[in-house]
Amino acid sequence: MEVLFSLLIGLFFAVAIYLMMSKYTVRILLGIVILGNAVNLLLFTAGRLTREVPPIIGAGLDALPAGAANPLPQALILTAIVISFSFFAFLLVLAYRAYQELGTDNTDEMRLAEPGDEPLPPLGY
Amino acid sequence: MNTLILRTVAPFITALMLLFSVFVLLRGHNEPGGGFIGGLIAASALAIYGIAYGVSAVRRAIRFHPMAIAGFGLLIAVISGVISIFAGVPFMTGLWIYPTLFGVEVPLATVVSFDIGVYLVVVGAITSIALALEERDHD
Amino acid sequence: MAASAPALTLLCLFLPFIAAFLAPVLTRAFGHKAAWLLALAPAFAFLHFASFLGEVAAGEVVTGGYAWVPSFNISFSWFLDGLSLTFALLITGIGTLIVLYSGGYMKGHPQQGRFFSFILLFMGAMLGLVISDSFLMLFVYWELTSITSFLLIGFDHERPEARRAALQAMVVTGGGGLLLLAGLIFLWNITGVTQLSLLVHVGDGLRESPFYLAALLLVLGGAFTKSAQFPFHFWLPNAMEAPTPVSAYLHSATMVKAGVYLLMRLNPVMGDTPAWQILLPFFGGVTLIAGTLLALRQTDLKLMLAYTTMASLGLLVMLTGFGADHAVEAAVLYLVAHSLFKGALFMVAGAVDHEAGTRDVTRLGGLRRAMPVTFAAGLLAALSMGGLPLFFGFLAKEEIYYALAHGDPRSIMFTTVAVIGNALMFAVAFAVGLKPFIGKHVETPKHAHEGPVLLWLGPVVLAVLGLLAGLISAPAHLYVSSPMASAVKGAPVTIDISTVPHIGLPLLLSIVTVLFGILVYLRIDSARAAMVRLLAALGPGPDRGFDHFVSGLVRLAVSVTRFVQPGRLEVYITASFILVALALLLPLFLFGELPDMPAWPRDALIQEYAFLAIALIGLFAVLKAADRLTAIVSLGIQGFAVAVLFLLFGAPDLSFTQFMVETLSVVILALVMTRLRLSPRDHRPRGQMLFDATIAIACGLGFALLLLKATQAPFNNALTEFFNAYSKVIAHGANVVNVIIVDFRGTDTLGEIAVVMVTGLAVLALIRIRVGGTRRLADNVPGKDRGAP
Repeated sequence: MEVLFSLLIGLFFAVAIYLMMSKYTVRILLGIVILGNAVNLLLFTAGRLTREVPPIIGAGLDALPAGAANPLPQALILTAIVISFSFFAFLLVLAYRAYQELGTDNTDEMRLAEPGDEPLPPLGY
Repeated sequence: MNTLILRTVAPFITALMLLFSVFVLLRGHNEPGGGFIGGLIAASALAIYGIAYGVSAVRRAIRFHPMAIAGFGLLIAVISGVISIFAGVPFMTGLWIYPTLFGVEVPLATVVSFDIGVYLVVVGAITSIALALEERDHD
Repeated sequence: MAASAPALTLLCLFLPFIAAFLAPVLTRAFGHKAAWLLALAPAFAFLHFASFLGEVAAGEVVTGGYAWVPSFNISFSWFLDGLSLTFALLITGIGTLIVLYSGGYMKGHPQQGRFFSFILLFMGAMLGLVISDSFLMLFVYWELTSITSFLLIGFDHERPEARRAALQAMVVTGGGGLLLLAGLIFLWNITGVTQLSLLVHVGDGLRESPFYLAALLLVLGGAFTKSAQFPFHFWLPNAMEAPTPVSAYLHSATMVKAGVYLLMRLNPVMGDTPAWQILLPFFGGVTLIAGTLLALRQTDLKLMLAYTTMASLGLLVMLTGFGADHAVEAAVLYLVAHSLFKGALFMVAGAVDHEAGTRDVTRLGGLRRAMPVTFAAGLLAALSMGGLPLFFGFLAKEEIYYALAHGDPRSIMFTTVAVIGNALMFAVAFAVGLKPFIGKHVETPKHAHEGPVLLWLGPVVLAVLGLLAGLISAPAHLYVSSPMASAVKGAPVTIDISTVPHIGLPLLLSIVTVLFGILVYLRIDSARAAMVRLLAALGPGPDRGFDHFVSGLVRLAVSVTRFVQPGRLEVYITASFILVALALLLPLFLFGELPDMPAWPRDALIQEYAFLAIALIGLFAVLKAADRLTAIVSLGIQGFAVAVLFLLFGAPDLSFTQFMVETLSVVILALVMTRLRLSPRDHRPRGQMLFDATIAIACGLGFALLLLKATQAPFNNALTEFFNAYSKVIAHGANVVNVIIVDFRGTDTLGEIAVVMVTGLAVLALIRIRVGGTRRLADNVPGKDRGAP
């Protein structure tokens, strides 16, 4: 099963990275969302896949019996999902505000910090 | 999105979802659930209410600014951790007490209060984001 | 005296700095008369150092100091032998006169206080340089002189020429300082010694080291730039943009001699090697000839002096490295003589400029009646510079010819060089010290008359000293020349040359020099014209080259910056992912860590295939999305598919969270996307599309292979077993995931919810910043229109 997941995750990464290399903020954002999923799946698969048995200790038991899913990557991913969601919300608002203020969603035209037509520094004294 | 159907069912959905979110939060320690999921459910509930009735209605309904709720949650979470220090164990060690209320033993723990803090932070911060974005429509 | 001597020496080291600190206040209170007060500082130091004369003449060495960084064996320590003591006396003695002279020369200048301050700062730095014992202290003071000379040369900072000259001097001498630092570190590494005074004991090991030549070249780089040796000479004439007191002080007697000082200091250690005896005389000789020829061309008094200074420095370097018996003695005598007469001549030139309003030698003449005292000083100094009998300069020149005039070809060559150089310097000396004063009176921009005492005191004292030292040579040799020569040579030396001429080859050479010099002096105008033609034929020199160097450097920096930072996010992201792909793939291939060929899983269930396929469909729909709605919906599809996959593989918590997050994402995306444009097609040209796709697929492949490799290795589940075993027993929770989040890794979660909280605040702030706020921000960017709606 890990094989299929590995291939899927490779494709997730490829699509995410292809989108992120775009000029347009919206596509970069879409890429970032997919990248988040890709990373989560990567973690999940690296902790090995177990079908259907959640890591919950049944009544009357003191420890989780063998055969249940690995809880550690789940704990890591759970917080990661929430964090990447708030990160995504922040970037979305950033892109939206940039679009409002600069009138463009093309990152090539966002030259406020590094103007393209910056004159040469003084060559003389 | 201001349809009659949505406006009619929205309060019920919201109330149910809020109730459910608290349920998910509290059962989280033994069953699937917890502060993060509960918080997200509550935030969705408030977002639905906001879509149906507008942002100001949500703000009136929750009384406090959502970021204040988030700040309060963070405070609870920190206090839950700090209590352990006063009890003479390392920061964030879970402490349990079992008081009996009306003949029922109720397990209480700093772990639970910490999870409540997580819940409040998630509700507050995400509601704040959603409301801020919804608000843009009206100005 | 002896008991408190170290403390007093330390005080003298800091006295110029203290005076520099007080100078602006004193100048505000007393005007130019503050010079009298400020001159007390160097005068006191002069007297203090003079008190060591007897001790040092007896062959002793005065040392002192304090530990600075003991763990690195770095100390703040000084030592005074004949060499450093002579320099210290020159610096403080001439310094005293220069401070007084500045009082007259800069009188009424609005920034006179600052000028005093700078020149005293320089004095402190220079004094520290010559009496430093430790390498680090030497280097710090060395660079400090570069910095203070930058301030002094650029004193008239409103003129671009002054700024250029200051920057040039700073770049050349400061850069040389870095070479020196490297050289000193070499010396330290080779010998393990961090003090100049100890270096002589380890000289043998140093000279045999394979790194000797590297160390030597680096040190010479420092010395040659500081002492304006060809081809680094160009900054010195440009530095004449500085006010004349600066030229008289820095560019005749002190700073430019720092390089010579360093060479003399190292002569006992590094002197007796072929590299030293080839490099020094060669560069010194070239500098001597180039300097005198360039000096002839000039009509500006200060520039003529500047080029002869360069020539004299060349002569000194040549003598220091020559290696013959009397060469070091000659260098010592000439150094002292030069400091006296050149300082005096500079001050005379400055006084003439100050009083007559010009320093163009062709527009000056007949000033002897108007400025008799200045004339006397100038004449005496010129006689010393010309090397006529009775004067100290004569002794120096006799000694030079003693040292050089031998039968072998090398000596003949350098003797010729010295004769030509000295003769031309003779001509220039009289062109500066005599020509403006004699002949018929020429109308000058200002009506010339004798300056105040502050203006003529300095040159007169120095010129008279030059005469006295020649006349009464015995005490001068006893206290100054002999100890200094001993220090340079590293062995006791007694100098006994006197002004009584000895019949012999040296005298003959002197006479030839003088006759040749007189000849050139009489025909100086045609000589100048010839030189102008010659230099025009030679084309631009290193001075122009410096300009090209600076502008080239700036252009290079700009183009490198523009290459590395083109200001396009796309480029940055692409570059990052190229690196990611390389970091993932290269080790896998290079170290043979590729995973085994996996077998197709036979146990996969139909619903698992279904949701994998749905995730893929969502993925490609996002890639192909041409409008907003498709993009949002397909993003949702892949997200929900991932959530179901989590559920299928035993992670209900993750699944629920993912569902909620996807729902909320769709909601806020829908809220924002309606106001954002999503271009219907990806605007990448085909070539770039292929390029980007290659990088993306390489990254994807890298992650997939890495994951395959990782999952093929045996799984270490020690941590997992710990959580599984203790979740209920210790933490009283059945949901292990939740227990990990809120209990075992609670502190981590605390940090994470703090991040969520901060994101909320940031979004709020981002939305609340109104256009008015950004306008104010935009105003800070000059000449930039933000293009805000």
